[in-house]
Amino acid sequence: MLKITDLHANINGKEILKGIDLEVRPGEVHAIMGPNGSGKSTLSAVLTGNPAYEVTRGSVEFYGKDLLALSPEDRSHEGLFLSFQYPVEIPGVSMVNFMRTAVNEQRKYRGLEPLSATDFLKLMREKREIVELDNKLASRSVNEGFSGGEKKRNEIFQMAMLEPRLSILDETDSGLDIDALRIVAGGVNKLKSEKNATIVITHYQRLLDYIAPDFVHVLYKGRIVKSGGPELALELEERGYDWIKKELGEI
Amino acid sequence: MSAVQQYIDLYRSQRELIAGHSSQVMNALRDEAVALLESRGLPTLKDEEYRRTDIEALYAPDYGLNLGRVNIEVNPYEVFRCDVPNLSTLLYFVVNDTFYAQAQPVATKLPEGVIAGSLCEMSEKYPQLVARYYGRAADMKRDGTVALNTAFAQDGFFLYIPDGVIVEKPIQLVNILRGNVDFLVNRRLLVVVGKGAQAKLLVCDHSDESSVQFLASQVCEIFVDDDAVFDYYDMEESSENTAKVASVFVRQGARSNVLINGIVLHNGVTRSNYYSTFAGEHAELSLCGMGIVDKEQSVDTYTYIDHAVSHCRSNELFKYVLNGSARGSFCGRILVRHGAQKTEAYQGNKNLCASPLAKMYTKPQLEIYADDVKCSHGATIGQLDQNALFYMRSRGISESEARMLLMFAFTNDVIEQVRLDALKDRLRQLVEKRFRGELAKCSGCQACRQE
Ligand SMILES: Nc1ncnc2c1ncn2[C@@H]1O[C@H](COP(=O)(O)OP(=O)(O)OP(=O)(O)O)[C@@H](O)[C@H]1O
Ligand SMILES: [Mg+2]
Repeated sequence: MLKITDLHANINGKEILKGIDLEVRPGEVHAIMGPNGSGKSTLSAVLTGNPAYEVTRGSVEFYGKDLLALSPEDRSHEGLFLSFQYPVEIPGVSMVNFMRTAVNEQRKYRGLEPLSATDFLKLMREKREIVELDNKLASRSVNEGFSGGEKKRNEIFQMAMLEPRLSILDETDSGLDIDALRIVAGGVNKLKSEKNATIVITHYQRLLDYIAPDFVHVLYKGRIVKSGGPELALELEERGYDWIKKELGEI
Repeated sequence: MSAVQQYIDLYRSQRELIAGHSSQVMNALRDEAVALLESRGLPTLKDEEYRRTDIEALYAPDYGLNLGRVNIEVNPYEVFRCDVPNLSTLLYFVVNDTFYAQAQPVATKLPEGVIAGSLCEMSEKYPQLVARYYGRAADMKRDGTVALNTAFAQDGFFLYIPDGVIVEKPIQLVNILRGNVDFLVNRRLLVVVGKGAQAKLLVCDHSDESSVQFLASQVCEIFVDDDAVFDYYDMEESSENTAKVASVFVRQGARSNVLINGIVLHNGVTRSNYYSTFAGEHAELSLCGMGIVDKEQSVDTYTYIDHAVSHCRSNELFKYVLNGSARGSFCGRILVRHGAQKTEAYQGNKNLCASPLAKMYTKPQLEIYADDVKCSHGATIGQLDQNALFYMRSRGISESEARMLLMFAFTNDVIEQVRLDALKDRLRQLVEKRFRGELAKCSGCQACRQE
């Protein structure tokens, strides 16, 4: 479904992604790990079309379409979703209004009628239960005054609402307490199917205990320098990144 | 010839005609007004308070004035049809600067003792009552546009709520501008709310979409006596060919509570002055407003709150959204006089420049001569939050819709100030429509028709 080839990207003229290759097929879970500042969030921002980044080389195919040619909104309509590492607060825009607009724009793209008010609220209720998101949060402004953990829960709630084909979860585990981690990971698993895929960006094995990856990649200085199976994550947890740097001849 | 001279000459040559079509109470102030106009002139760009609106240029063209009060053929009910659910109000019209007597609620719909109607007519009918207030708050010395208005105004709207009377239904005045030549109107509003009385007045401005230019001068005096509660909403939905120069003067008695909300949804050039004086202790004023301007439109607001006595509270919030190459300006002055202890005065002006060419100027001016007070002010000029825009787009919300949601959110707290649920709902619709680019102009006004 997703094929990234030799992807290079800049921000403010500084090259951050230096040639990424990655292929994701339906049903797969890929974990991307790597030290701070290696470019993990940059990769997710570039894939979702954040205009702050400039792609300088390479291509990304999503279900046969040239993903990089699509607007951020159309990437979403095509089924791409990012759970932000730092979800944005939008004072004055209610969660309900925000979600209703998002859902109906997606429906419009797919040639469907907008949901009626009752159907929409029913859908909200259903999906809220998946991540046990408090009704009070759903009636507030988007992320405004939400705690770190509440914001992450809200991201997965939005994912549940939009039912993406490919989800990128950027450090969704950070900020979650032990119970919340279980609930949120459980939510992600409930949404998993043969047809969709997940890219999990994380620093810790504990999330991967819940969301079992098929592949683990190490992103370092803008490149995927190592890929392996689930055992790679365990090895990283134990040994850190130095041995990889050594393999690369850096130390 | 300077802009002002043509008006002085016009007055001198038409003095009889003007007076002949107005009331004695209104005529009594004209000579003094013209003398002031002659000695002080109109404000210029050099005047600190008028640096952002070229008043002389606005008054310079050769406008027509309807001094002979020729009837203008119009049925406001037909001209202004509404396409949104109505708000039920007691509805009055002023066409250009003439009260439209053919369409008004029957007097029996008003609570006993309430007077509403033509200022000219009511000042003939109740000369003592009107004379007690007319021209008493509007300071002609301070502003040449007020003097000019006083010299020429022949009619307008008068509202009187006797002591203790509560008018439940909102009262609405729709100002309509029509004409087939460039036109200057001088409108006058006088509102008197008695002790312990309560009322809400909504004033809406519309203009004909024609090729002619309108200049609408409006002076509104509001007297709110002790313990009274009064809301004044001013909503402009005119057009690009309209310039409006309006001054509102408020005088508040002890423990009174006043809300002023000035909303510019669509306009050409708008200059609004709000002058407010606390004359009795423990009174409260909410002074707020918002404007949405684009293209070459301009909105310029000046506020002056005089905390003349102690224990009063004023809360000011103005928000503007500028698109295109629109211009905006806000200057808010607060004076806390010597001895006005326990004053609370808060001022906020927040602006969103949503396009690179839009420009906003903002200037708070606090003058405080008492020591035991709580005062604050804050002014911001910002752009749309790029992170929020991207976040919304990543959820499938189109860029234009995302911008709309952000701009709407920005203005929302001014709409929240409205103390009339039906108007609040209606405003939300209008603002949303405006941001969507369908001009907010419903073919009329929210309450233009009912029953
Ligand atoms: N606006 C910017 N201008 C310049 N450099 C930037 C900008 N934004 C990010 N960077 C740099 O890009 C690099 C990659 O950042 P990115 O957020 O992708 O890292 P990450 O792998 O997600 O790290 P973390 O694990 O800490 O979340 C970092 O060195 C960061 O400082
Ligand atoms: Mg990151």
